[in-house]
Amino acid sequence: MSGSAVLLQFLNGLAGASSLFLVAAGLSLIFGVTRIVNFAHGSLFMLGMYAALALEPHVGFWWSVPLAALAVGALGALLEALLLRRLYAAPELLQLLATFALVLLIKDFALWAWGPEDLLGPRAPGLDGAVRIAGSRFPEYDLFLIALGPLVLGALWALLRRTRWGILVRAATQDREMAGALGVDERRLFASVFALGALLAGLGGALQLPREPATLAIDLQIVVDAFVVVVIGGLGSIPGAFLAALLIGEIKAFCIGLGYSEFTLAIEFVVMAAVLVLRPWGLLGRLPAPRRGPGALEPPLAPPSRAVLLALAGVAAGLCALPLATGGYALVLLTDILVFAIFAVSLHFLMGPGGMLSFGHAAYFGLGAYGAGLLTLKAGAPMMLALLAAPFAAASAALVFGWFCVRLQGVYLAMLTLAFAQIVWSVVYQWNAFTGGSNGLIGIWPAAWLSARTAYYYLTLAACLAATACMWRMLFAPFGYALRAGRDSPLRAGAIGIDVRAHQWAAFVFAGLFAGLAGALYAFSKGSISPEALAVPRSVDGLVMVLLGGVHTLIGPLWGAALFTWLQDSVARGFDYWRAVIGAVILLLVLVLPGGLGSLLRGRRAP
Amino acid sequence: MRTLIALLLLATATNAPSQTLKIGELNSYKVFPAFLEPYKKGWQLALEEINAAGGAAGRKLEIVSRDDGGTPGDAVRAAEELIAREKVDVLMGTFASHVGLAVANLAKQRKILFLAAEPLTDKIVWENGNRYTFRLRPSTYMQTAMLIPEALKLKKKRWAIVYPNYEYGQSATASFKKLLKQAQPDVEFVAEQAPPLGKIDAGAVVQALAEAKPDAIFSSLFAVDLQKFVREGNTRGLFKSTVVFNLLAGEPEYLDTLKDETPEGWWVTGYPWSEIDTPEHRRFRDAYQKRWNDYPRQGSVVGYTAVYSVANAAKRAGSIDTEKLIEALKGLQMPTPFGQILWRPIDHQSTMGAYVGQLAQKAGRGVMVDWRYADGATYQPSDREIRALRKE
Repeated sequence: MSGSAVLLQFLNGLAGASSLFLVAAGLSLIFGVTRIVNFAHGSLFMLGMYAALALEPHVGFWWSVPLAALAVGALGALLEALLLRRLYAAPELLQLLATFALVLLIKDFALWAWGPEDLLGPRAPGLDGAVRIAGSRFPEYDLFLIALGPLVLGALWALLRRTRWGILVRAATQDREMAGALGVDERRLFASVFALGALLAGLGGALQLPREPATLAIDLQIVVDAFVVVVIGGLGSIPGAFLAALLIGEIKAFCIGLGYSEFTLAIEFVVMAAVLVLRPWGLLGRLPAPRRGPGALEPPLAPPSRAVLLALAGVAAGLCALPLATGGYALVLLTDILVFAIFAVSLHFLMGPGGMLSFGHAAYFGLGAYGAGLLTLKAGAPMMLALLAAPFAAASAALVFGWFCVRLQGVYLAMLTLAFAQIVWSVVYQWNAFTGGSNGLIGIWPAAWLSARTAYYYLTLAACLAATACMWRMLFAPFGYALRAGRDSPLRAGAIGIDVRAHQWAAFVFAGLFAGLAGALYAFSKGSISPEALAVPRSVDGLVMVLLGGVHTLIGPLWGAALFTWLQDSVARGFDYWRAVIGAVILLLVLVLPGGLGSLLRGRRAP
Repeated sequence: MRTLIALLLLATATNAPSQTLKIGELNSYKVFPAFLEPYKKGWQLALEEINAAGGAAGRKLEIVSRDDGGTPGDAVRAAEELIAREKVDVLMGTFASHVGLAVANLAKQRKILFLAAEPLTDKIVWENGNRYTFRLRPSTYMQTAMLIPEALKLKKKRWAIVYPNYEYGQSATASFKKLLKQAQPDVEFVAEQAPPLGKIDAGAVVQALAEAKPDAIFSSLFAVDLQKFVREGNTRGLFKSTVVFNLLAGEPEYLDTLKDETPEGWWVTGYPWSEIDTPEHRRFRDAYQKRWNDYPRQGSVVGYTAVYSVANAAKRAGSIDTEKLIEALKGLQMPTPFGQILWRPIDHQSTMGAYVGQLAQKAGRGVMVDWRYADGATYQPSDREIRALRKE
């Protein structure tokens, strides 16, 4: 690269960093104070884009930006008041499910309101041209963005440092319970923080309009990027978010400038993994105060009662007898449900009793699937051997990744699992010669004696029953008790001689093993496997299943997997706007049944 | 759970044989709505026309349509539902290449005819081709080959390449380099950029391309990536001195979004719907506009022609038996809005072509000018190469 090229790519990186920072700042605020994992932040960004696009013909671009930001901010306040406020007392992570439902609803709303086509927005009047820098033309608007990023940072810094509201926000970020105990009105604080965060998301979206078209796919893209920035910077740290945005923006620009554009597929995750391994609370984050009070206590997990076991045995017997009644599609759908049940139970094993939230569980599902595919296609292994060996591919990856992950806590841990999953995904996605690249592996069918739908259904059913029984048994063995002790009180557990990290690590590996089994079964049931099997949406699906079922119940994940898979299947067939319908159903369940479906069948024990 | 099973049992019990030709259509309507809504309108129009004319092989046509969720796993389940519950005679549809390949693979396993309408991947008829799978749209290879004659005429030496980093972009790039190098050995590829699909960092990519000082650029970007690339390139003056070849950019789905940003002089493949004045296209366009009060897109032609292909195969076979349908489709000649096409027996690819031309602006809108129809039959590798790829 010549000197002028270095300068220009540096400026490109700054412009990219500014846009990234604007989105991430809002998320960091919300995240830091309310601890809500707000999946809908990208949807608010998208709404900001569309709102500005709709307003622009009437008021001009420059007025449409603040108006769109205010509109999205107002929507954020409304969402907080109507929905999230009801969930602060509910088990943790339920807000995550609620915001996921919002993603689905907002996406279909945008489709309905603005149609399916990508809409390329206007150029910014007055800044639509380019200036000469080092012999090349550089967009004026990018220079404006480069200046705006630090300005917003300064404004937020002043707001947080120089106002009473800012002091309260910082107090709540550092120790929410203590701030509450000192008489800070959490409700108003949370509402105002959420509204400001949403406003920033809307602003980020509106300002992005001259640079990229408004599309329906941007919500999830942006939210993942924003989470990465927030976590690299440290939760709740606005300067940290700025620093992280700068880091990622520049690294991306120079990857492209030096001709390594393929690396940009997952570079932010590589950076995140490296930062988290070296600095477990992000660049400028601080060790969060431990959770206290009733919300922090997990109810003890009781072995299923006789009645529940009998009922489950009844269901299992019913499932065994089902092929007598039908040999058709019901078996195909149930095979999928059973596969996802194994996946959800394994994720629950990690999240519930293990106390480790994972955003990247799909990695192990996918590695199991690819393991099975590669063993069959490349090594010519018989199907049963591939099926039995594949989960160990997933488990060995879990062994390596788990070692790093268990050193972290909470959302940092979850984001590190995501980083590893994305790194694996990007390797699988690009390694054409070995994994088939973006097309995946084709032609992975079960052995002849298992190829009939009924036979394969029985295989999956047997695997699901065995895997579930095995994991439940582990939870009520000394291993399981020690694992839960480590989750509930790491200090005390350590004091009585339990090696908490070793137990967590083992749980990570077991969860990976069973997720790998689910993946291998999945590959053989579909006949092919592609990188989607280990992409973010698969991980999110798993989370939704577990949370729908109830993270503090044993059988919840089974119900969650059944309900979610069945909903996706039947609603997609029955409604044009099926995503919105699923979102509405989830929202309803969240509000009516905060303990999850599992709590419906068996009353939860009082904590 | 019990009620769930009861519901499932109920649902599976309700189908009876009927005197129709039932097509199971599946596509990623929610993931690629901009392309697939016109496609749906296209097949609906064909369905109505065929049934109004009395159907095919003595049967009315019926189409059961499903959203395939945009992932291979969900698509396979949707296809299984169409096969097992709806008892369809033919599968049709899919958009993304990996989804198309997964359904093609299922079609082979379940021994049912699959007419892949949209996927572009070469593999679906070559490396992963099978007896049961046929593909309508001109493939990545064919569309790339269509641009080669124009690229050769310019005699440019220094080429830069930009493509979305997944199979379509990779194979378009590989084919382009191979074909150009064969015909013009002194060509030099000076830069290559592979931004992630849908996430191009356009400013940096444009800058990096300009830095390499190419005489010409070959791009296979589309949709959002294309729009961002065009806007940045316009602002930064990349296209002033560099001629650009871009696959697909002339398709209304992608071109119409560019409006007054449309870069003049780009060589593209596409569909100049307003200017094609052959009788068969006029008839189609008028019928489409009358029915939908909207103009046809590339997807509309694909959906429309796909259904006619199935109907014509059934007419020729005089039956809806899968094996007879396959034999009838092989070598089937039929009219389409683009003219006559042939379903090639050797690899089950139709010879539907595309229009090659240059982009221009007319009243703030992008159009194609100086276009020609590139017949898909012309842009094929030798039969020997194809047999080797299909391992036959």
